[in-house]
Amino acid sequence: MSTTDQGPPSPDWETIQQSAEFTQLRRRLRNFVFPMTVAFLTWYLLYVLLSDYAHEFMSTKVFGNINIGLLFGLLQFVSTFVITSLYVRHANKSLDPVSEKIRDDIEGGK
Amino acid sequence: MAPLAQGVEGSNVALNIGIFSLFVVITLVIVFRASRTNKTAVDYYAAGHSFTGVQNGVAISGDYLSAASFLGIAGSIAVFGYDGFLYSIGFLVAWLIALLLVAELLRNTGKYTLGDVLAFRMQQRPVRAAAATSTLVVSFFYLLAQMAGAGGLVALLLGISNKAGQALVIAIVGIIMIVYVIIGGMRGTTWVQIIKAALLISGAFVMTIWVLGKFGFNLSGLMGAAVDRVGDGGEKLLNPGAQYGLTGLSRLDFVSLALALVLGTAGLPHILMRFYTVPTAKEARKSVVWAIWLIGIFYLFTLVLGYGAGALVGADTILAAPGKSNSAAPLLAYALGGTVLLGIIAAVAFATILAVVAGLTITASASFAHDIYANVIKKGEADDKAAEVRVARITAVVIGAIAILGGIVANGQNIAFLVALAFAVAASANLPTILYSLFWKGFNTRGALWSIYGGLAVCIILIVFSPAVSGKETSMFPTVDFHWFPLANPGLVSIPVAFILGYIGAKTSKESNEAKYAEMEVRSLTGAHSEKAVAH
Repeated sequence: MSTTDQGPPSPDWETIQQSAEFTQLRRRLRNFVFPMTVAFLTWYLLYVLLSDYAHEFMSTKVFGNINIGLLFGLLQFVSTFVITSLYVRHANKSLDPVSEKIRDDIEGGK
Repeated sequence: MAPLAQGVEGSNVALNIGIFSLFVVITLVIVFRASRTNKTAVDYYAAGHSFTGVQNGVAISGDYLSAASFLGIAGSIAVFGYDGFLYSIGFLVAWLIALLLVAELLRNTGKYTLGDVLAFRMQQRPVRAAAATSTLVVSFFYLLAQMAGAGGLVALLLGISNKAGQALVIAIVGIIMIVYVIIGGMRGTTWVQIIKAALLISGAFVMTIWVLGKFGFNLSGLMGAAVDRVGDGGEKLLNPGAQYGLTGLSRLDFVSLALALVLGTAGLPHILMRFYTVPTAKEARKSVVWAIWLIGIFYLFTLVLGYGAGALVGADTILAAPGKSNSAAPLLAYALGGTVLLGIIAAVAFATILAVVAGLTITASASFAHDIYANVIKKGEADDKAAEVRVARITAVVIGAIAILGGIVANGQNIAFLVALAFAVAASANLPTILYSLFWKGFNTRGALWSIYGGLAVCIILIVFSPAVSGKETSMFPTVDFHWFPLANPGLVSIPVAFILGYIGAKTSKESNEAKYAEMEVRSLTGAHSEKAVAH
């Protein structure tokens, strides 16, 4: 990030876009975020629909005044925190090294 | 009704004003200091991209945890129990969309506004005008919600019950906010958010521990006490359905609301703009991670506070208080710690409104000055950046004035509900275009325009003709009835419509700019050419 002035010749973006490295970066990003998005949205909508249309099931007491609805709600918090941590790990391990290399090639190569 | 009278009379007006004034003075000093380094457009709009991920994460939680989150959700849980909790889950899960799909890519492709991202590979002027329009509309709804909350809070805390007196206080809040924004720019506003977030989260933390302590740190016991307080039928506080489960229509309305909440966050312009205050995409990621933890923990606090208010204050008392369900948290503070804690929590709630309103105002003014003035009217040839920032400041004053007027009109409306409408507009008008433009090669100008204007129009029309505006006792205009759309929240219809319009629009237009898309995609994923501007 300490590179100096922007050189006049623009990099050949289309070649970079089709390079093996970049294709790999895109695949790694999309293969993680798309399925994960489908998963958490499905789990959220399932929770919403159960709260909305399955009152008796969600009102089932598990212990004390804590019922299934509340536990599922708290699990939404847990799953959000877990997915956040998983993504950070994935990004640090599998995305950042590749994207940094491509960026250095682009910015250093002029 | 005795506790209610206490609740208002017990509040020490001088103390409340004193604590709040202290907050204003401290933040103003910081804003003035921050303004010394405000020289250029990048300073004013994006604080010179100079905040760290952690700082920005705290500021995002400050921007996001509005009065609706604090007062509205706690109040809904106190009155409706479980159904109030559902709001906070939607508000939190929504952040995963921002984290996984939007934050980093947006940071890499734009400069200050949503319009920058769209203009990257589409026709500048029409898409900028569209992005600015939706930014202004979403900000307006959100502002209305915050200012409406300010009125109720004033009534409760300062003992001002006549509308003229409340209007005056709303005006004072608005004027302080305008000062923050025009002097401090994004840097000053960000510091206000950071201070406010720290106060709000620690205030809620103290109250949560206090409430739990009263019930032996037993959540089940606390919930049981809230049930007992209601007496007959109190059991429904624990179960879903108290607010939305009455009819088939209200259940459908709930699905609509849930969809708007989870898809709205990543389209909120004042949240998107925060991603530009950090130097790199990696810092943007870090800020969202911090925001998710802070916001999630805060919502767990509101669960305790809501049931705590139900147990210690009682739903009847809350609903009878000025400000209705919005006064649950302040009344709980009074029940716990008397006038001093009420004064502190009141000042925190006020600071919350002030900070969120400032964040919205700077976003709306930046969008107008940068997209409409500099790029649509001046066609991007106004190389005089000082003029652009001047326009932004003037716009901030105008928006502030509109917010003051809107707040006076909307005084007394339910804030969580008004915010939900803002989320519906953001999810319909902004999110489809953002996702298409970041991930779909075939997206183009017509797709963006159809999606933004179409989503916006459908959403607004459905709101205007919904029971939220007319035809019910709880409507904005209860005495007239011109509603024909059955749902109070339009998301269930308007969000899919906006996605479909964007798809059809893009498919029916021949425009395509593959070279620009290649550049945008490479830059969005790698951050090339977007991070060097500031070396730290």
